[in-house]
Amino acid sequence: MATAEGDPFLKQVTSRNTRGLLRIIILCTIAAAAVSSRLFSVIRFESIIHEFDPWFNFRATKYLVQNGFYSFWDWFDDRTWHPLGRVTGGTLYPGLMVTSGIIYHALRFLTFPVDIRNICVLLAPGFSGLTALATYLLTSEMVTSPSAGLLAAAFMGITPGYISRSVAGSYDNEAIAIFLLVFTFFLWIKAVKNGSVFWGALTALFYGYMVSAWGGYVFITNLLPLHAFVLICMGRYSPRLYVSYTSWYALGTLASMQIPFVGFLPIRSSEHMSALGVFGLLQIVGFVEFIRTQLPSKQFQTLLRALVLVIFAVSFGGLVLLTVSGVIAPWTGRFYSLWDTGYAKIHIPIIASVSEHQPTAWPAFFFDLNMMIWLFPAGVYMCFRTLSDEQVFVVIYAVLASYFAGVMVRLMLTLTPIVCVASAIAFSQILDTYLSTDTPKVEPKATGSTDSARVTAAAVLPDTLRSTRNPLVGIYSYASKLTVVGSATVYLLLFVLHCTWVTSNAYSSPSVVLASRLPDGSQHIIDDYREAYYWLRQNTPSNAKIMSWWDYGYQIGGMADRPTLVDNNTWNNTHIATVGKAMSSREEVSYPIMRQHEVDYVLVVFGGLLGYSGDDINKFLWMVRIAEGIWPDEVKERNFFTPRGEYRVDDEATPTMKNSLMYKMSYYNYNALFPAGQAQDRVRGARMPAEGPQLTTIEEAFTSENWIIRIYKVKDLDNFGRDHASAVAFDKGNKKKRAAKRKGAKVLRVE
Amino acid sequence: MPPKHRTPPSTHAPTQTTISSPPKSSAAATSSSKQPLTAHSAQEIVQGVWDKYVDRTPQRVKLLDCFMGFLVAVGVLQFVYCIIVGNYPFNAFLAGFSATVGQFVLTASLRIQTNPENKSEFESISTERAFADFVFGSLLLHFFCVNFIN
Repeated sequence: MATAEGDPFLKQVTSRNTRGLLRIIILCTIAAAAVSSRLFSVIRFESIIHEFDPWFNFRATKYLVQNGFYSFWDWFDDRTWHPLGRVTGGTLYPGLMVTSGIIYHALRFLTFPVDIRNICVLLAPGFSGLTALATYLLTSEMVTSPSAGLLAAAFMGITPGYISRSVAGSYDNEAIAIFLLVFTFFLWIKAVKNGSVFWGALTALFYGYMVSAWGGYVFITNLLPLHAFVLICMGRYSPRLYVSYTSWYALGTLASMQIPFVGFLPIRSSEHMSALGVFGLLQIVGFVEFIRTQLPSKQFQTLLRALVLVIFAVSFGGLVLLTVSGVIAPWTGRFYSLWDTGYAKIHIPIIASVSEHQPTAWPAFFFDLNMMIWLFPAGVYMCFRTLSDEQVFVVIYAVLASYFAGVMVRLMLTLTPIVCVASAIAFSQILDTYLSTDTPKVEPKATGSTDSARVTAAAVLPDTLRSTRNPLVGIYSYASKLTVVGSATVYLLLFVLHCTWVTSNAYSSPSVVLASRLPDGSQHIIDDYREAYYWLRQNTPSNAKIMSWWDYGYQIGGMADRPTLVDNNTWNNTHIATVGKAMSSREEVSYPIMRQHEVDYVLVVFGGLLGYSGDDINKFLWMVRIAEGIWPDEVKERNFFTPRGEYRVDDEATPTMKNSLMYKMSYYNYNALFPAGQAQDRVRGARMPAEGPQLTTIEEAFTSENWIIRIYKVKDLDNFGRDHASAVAFDKGNKKKRAAKRKGAKVLRVE
Repeated sequence: MPPKHRTPPSTHAPTQTTISSPPKSSAAATSSSKQPLTAHSAQEIVQGVWDKYVDRTPQRVKLLDCFMGFLVAVGVLQFVYCIIVGNYPFNAFLAGFSATVGQFVLTASLRIQTNPENKSEFESISTERAFADFVFGSLLLHFFCVNFIN
C-alpha cells in the first residue's frame, strides 16, 4: 500500500536511483512479510513437517542427504508397497529434494550446522519470498506503472490461495513449483518481447527445473504453445515469436526429458502434443514468411494456400494415426477429469477420493483471494484494452486458470498468480488515476505540497478557456480523490486482515498435531498421531508390516519408519483396492488377505471420541468404492447403506457394515469407555449399540490417548489348528471375566 | 558483407514485377488449359525464388543456409535410419535427432536476428549479441544432448 502511494509522489521529488533503491527495500519488506506470515505454524506448534505428502518428501530428502545423489537417483524402496516395493528414484519429481539438498550442503560448506528438517520446514516460506519477487518482475513486464508490480508482489506474498500450500512445514512440490511457474512465465514474456535466444534458453532452463519439481509443469507446456498459437491466429506472428518459442521448445523439451519420471512423455503423450504441434506450425509459418519476402504477393497467395493445406492435413493425419496405433499415449485419466468433472468418480475413484481433487466451492474463491476476485476481471479487461503480446498472455492465462480452478480445488494454486497480477494492474490503475491527478498542476512548481497545488490551480483555472485546456481531463476535486483513495486503503487493510486471519486459522495447522481450545481458552495440543507412530517405532520389530488406509502410508514410513502396504503415491490401484477389500470385508475374508501380505499390524484412525471428522469411518465409503472397482462381486457399496439409503453406524447399521473389519476395529471396546448403553460417536452423532463388536482374528495392541489412532495386531494361526472364531469362543466360554487380562498375557507370549 | 540490399522496399517493386512478368503473361494467355499452367508457373516461381536468393543473399547468410540444409539432411537421415533399422537405443536416437532440430532452430534464429530487414523487430539485439545468444543456446543444447544420449 505504501508503495503505491509512495511511488508517484517520489517521482517528482527524488532521482531515479533513489526510487530504485526504495523499490528494492520495499520488495525486501514484502518478501519478509511473505516469509513471516507463513511462520504461524512453527510458532504455534513447532518446527514439524505437515500433512501427508511432505512426510515422503522429507524422508526422500533425508535419504538424499545421507546417501548422496547417485544412490538417490537409483533408489529402490522396499519399505513401501510391501510385497512390491517402489522404484522411488524413477517415480518422483526430484527437484524439491535436490533443492533442499543443495541448500543443506551449501550451508554446511559455509559452516552452518543446520538440521535438514529445519531446511525442509522453512523451504516453502523462503521460496514464497522469491515468488513475490518473480511476480513483481512478471507484472512489471505487463504494464509501465511501477506500482503495479509492487502491489502484485505484495498480493502474491500474502494471498491465502498461495499460503495454503506454502506455510512453514508444508514441504511439498508446490513449495518451489509456484516460484518456478511464475518465474518461467516472466522469462517467457521477456523472451517474446525481446525475441532473444538467451531469454528463450533461460525459459527452457527454468522450465526444466519446473519439470523436475512438479507434475503441474504440463500447465506451462500447454499455456506457452497456446499463447503462441493465439498470437499466430491473431495475425501477430513475428520473428521474435519464432525465435523465442522455438528456442524454448527445442531446449525445454530436451531438458524435461532428463527427468527419469518424465522420460519420453514429451514426445509420447497427448498432453505434450500441442507444444510439438505449435512448434511445427511455427516452422511452417516462419518458412512461409521467408518465402513471402522472396516472392511477389500474387504467386505467394497460391503457393501459400496449397502449402499450408497440405502440411496441415499431413501432420494432423499423422497425429491421429499415431494416436490410434498407440505410439502416442492418449490423454490420461487425470486429464479427462479436468474436462468432465464426473469422469473420475465413475472411472477412477482413487482420484475422486482425494479431497483436493474435488470441484471448488464458490466461497473458496473469496476465501482464498478475497477482494482480488472482483478486481481480477477488471485487470483482465484492462489487458484487453491494450492488447499487446504479453497482455494476450495474461488474458489466456486468466481464462484457462479460472476454468481449471473451478474444476479442482488444488488448481486454485495456478490461478492465484494471475489473479494477483491482474488485480494489481487494476488496483494500481485506480491509485495512479486518483493519486497523480495533481501532477499537471504541480508541474510548474518543483515541490508537491498541497497548498502550492491549490494556489497554482487557482491561478491557472480562470485565465484559460476550459475548451482549450485539453490535457487537464480527470478528477481534480480532493473530495473524490480522498474518497477513492481512502476506500482503496480500507480495502487493502481489510485484505491484509483477512489474509492474516485465514492464514492463522485455516492454513497453519500441521494436521499431524491437532489443536483444541480448553474451556478457559488455553490451547490444548492433541498429539495422538505422533504418540501412536512413536509407539510403533519403539514396540514393533523394524520390519513389521503395517496395514492402513493409503492416506497414512507416508506418515508411517516417515515417522514410524515401518514398511507399509500402500501409501499416498497411489501408483497401484489394485493394491489399494486389496487393502480396501480387507478393511471392508468380514474378518474371515480379511484374515487370509492379511496373512498373504504378511501384515503384522493394522492401523485405523478413529475420531468418534474426540469428534475428529477426518477419520477412517468417514473415508470408509471410498475404500468400499475402490475395492468394488476391482471385486464388484465381493464388495458392494449398496450393502453398506440401510434400506433407506442412510450411512449409519448405530443400531440400525447394516449387517455388512457391522461385520466389516473397519467397523469392528473402530468401535472395538468403545462401549467400555461409557456407562452401559451410553456410548456415543461424536463425529456422526450416533448412539452406539449396547453390545460392541467382537474381534477374533486380530487383537488390540495400542490405542492412543484420545483414541484417534488404534493399532491392532494380527494374530498368528491358532496353536491347536482351530479357526480363530472358535478359539475365541472357547476362551470366552471358559473365563469370561478375565478376557482383558488373558489378552495381555497372550501378547507377551507371542512376542 | 553487402548489408543494405533491401532497405528501401519501394525500389524492389519494379524489379519484382520484371522478374515475374513472363509467367504472368503466359498465365493470361493459357487460361483455358489449367493443368500445364500451374506446373509451368510453379516452376517459374521456384526459378524466380532461386535467382533472387542467389543474387541477394550475403555470403555469410548463405553459409548459414548451407549449415541448415546440412542439419536437415542429417535429421532426415537419422529419421530414415530410425524407421528402417529400428529405434533401439531410443535415447540416442532422440538425442541425435533433437540435436539437429535444436541446432537448426537456433541457426534459423541467428539468421533471423542478424537479418537487417528485421532490424525493427530486434531493437535490443545487436549482431554480436545474437551470436553470443546462439553460442549460449547451442552449449545448453549440446549439454542436454550429451547427458541424454546415455
